[in-house]
Amino acid sequence: MGMPARKLEPVPAAKAAGAAVVELKRATPGFADRVKPVLTALWTNLLPPAVTIAILLGIWQIAFDRPGATLPAPTVVWSQAFDLIAEPFYVAGSQDMGLGWRVLTSLQRVAVGFGFAAIVGVLVGAIVGQSVWAMRGLDPVFQILRTVPPLAWLPISLAAFRDANPSAIFVIFITAIWPILINTAVGIRNIPQDYRNVAQVLRLNHLEFFVKIMLPAAAPYIFTGLRIGIGLAWLAIVAAEMLTGGVGIGFFIWDAWNSSRIPDIVVALVYIGLVGFALDRMVAFVATRVTRGTAAN
Amino acid sequence: MNAYLKLDRIDKSFKRGGTTSEVLRDVNLEIAQGEFVSIIGHSGCGKSTLLNIVAGLADTTKGVVFLDGTAVEEPGPDRAVVFQNHSLLPWLTVYDNVRLAVDKVFGRAKSKAERHDWTLQQLELVHMGHAKDKRPGEISGGMKQRVGIARALAMQPKVLLMDEPFGALDALTRAHLQDSVMEIHARLGNTVLMVTHDVDEAVLLSDRIVMMTNGPAATIGEVLDVQLARPRKRLDLVNNQTYLSARAAVLEFLYARHKAPSIAA
Ligand SMILES: Nc1ncnc2c1ncn2[C@@H]1O[C@H](COP(=O)(O)OP(=O)(O)OP(=O)(O)O)[C@@H](O)[C@H]1O
Ligand SMILES: [Mg+2]
Repeated sequence: MGMPARKLEPVPAAKAAGAAVVELKRATPGFADRVKPVLTALWTNLLPPAVTIAILLGIWQIAFDRPGATLPAPTVVWSQAFDLIAEPFYVAGSQDMGLGWRVLTSLQRVAVGFGFAAIVGVLVGAIVGQSVWAMRGLDPVFQILRTVPPLAWLPISLAAFRDANPSAIFVIFITAIWPILINTAVGIRNIPQDYRNVAQVLRLNHLEFFVKIMLPAAAPYIFTGLRIGIGLAWLAIVAAEMLTGGVGIGFFIWDAWNSSRIPDIVVALVYIGLVGFALDRMVAFVATRVTRGTAAN
Repeated sequence: MNAYLKLDRIDKSFKRGGTTSEVLRDVNLEIAQGEFVSIIGHSGCGKSTLLNIVAGLADTTKGVVFLDGTAVEEPGPDRAVVFQNHSLLPWLTVYDNVRLAVDKVFGRAKSKAERHDWTLQQLELVHMGHAKDKRPGEISGGMKQRVGIARALAMQPKVLLMDEPFGALDALTRAHLQDSVMEIHARLGNTVLMVTHDVDEAVLLSDRIVMMTNGPAATIGEVLDVQLARPRKRLDLVNNQTYLSARAAVLEFLYARHKAPSIAA
């Protein structure tokens, strides 16, 4: 924690330095030897998906590369929507801008809604998980509410907020909060009695208990909830934006549909997929960082 | 004897649904400062329950525990517990596990540097200084138990409570830790209350052995004084007459007069 180890004798440190020097004198492996494992890793990890994508594109191309096809073939998408693919960040007007900007706008909404959902979800989940009676009373309610589809919340939130942007954010919030809340509650409930006993013997107060025992002990559960939550949030934002309008990627798709720009829609779908994938990986990455050692016992 | 820790007419029953099960009845015990007392008895007789009552983790149905003149009402660092399954926090390093206790107990009394030194000192006491930056998942069961002991000692408790601290360890590791505990007890003179079901461990470590009758409504059947001089050496005791007769007395109590319920039937 805070204190640096002050009793580190200099002798082993010097030894370590010596060892490092010896290390350097050893015959350095040839360039080919060092590059090889990297290449192998690239080969085994990138080649299979690349082949899969190539095959899928090929099938798509064959299926729709004919006059009168209802959907554009990949080559058509490439040529007709090239500006969208090549320039994610151009701005040429209030509704004419790169998909990068639109994605960022959507991400902003997701960040606010998901941020609130994370905070409220963890806090309420902690309370619910701590109290048997809160669990009994609230769990059925949560279980019912969480099955309500995101878009079903939209009219209600439009009625409440009378504005598109907060309504979209609210839909994100209400969509993402349930898995976070429920997983946190389960995580808190599963905190071993041993840890509670330790906290009691040490007389940790509520805040210390929350920060030092509850959060770390329930972290794997909390992150499971966050990961499901961010996925749902990203699903919901696209749908919500289709209805609320504005600048987001969801409205872009709706707009493109209304003006029959199908190739644009295809590009937007790829964007959405990639961003959703990145979000999921980000939360997973943070989770493995934060919960390292928590599960090991 | 002036009682430092006093268990005064302790009754304990658990109510579940409509049924009440009486676990302890009329347990009386007085322990002097610096004394090492073991509680031994068959599984399920209520040893852990009794220890938890002293710790304040469980409350009594009737009766009071007094420590140093005041009644025990809730858990606290003056009655540090070494739990059977170490109960280290897996997300903290060995150092931080002990430091958490040190910060909580001495947060005001000691400066940051003093708390750091105190933490290291406790780890050295149980010979765990070398592993201070490891996490509990990376050390052996015996080492975890050592850290658990260091954490408890770090609180400078008035009584050290241990619930089968070495129960989950192999015989060699257990012997090592018993020696460590004897050494620490000799050095610091702690008052210790330990639950065990190992007869040799009880005789080797204790000044007195409290033998409990079988439940339900278990109570103290007999208290045996172990009149062996300290420091005690495991090897010297192999043929020691006092040791052997103390051992025989406990065995006789447990297996002749108060057989385990399943054996008795
Ligand atoms: N929370 C509880 N609710 C109901 N009954 C309990 C509870 N805790 C313990 N008991 C009962 O009290 C009795 C004594 O349990 P305890 O754990 O104290 O035994 P023990 O002597 O420590 O046994 P062991 O040697 O196996 O650890 C048992 O019959 C147990 O079923
Ligand atoms: Mg027990």
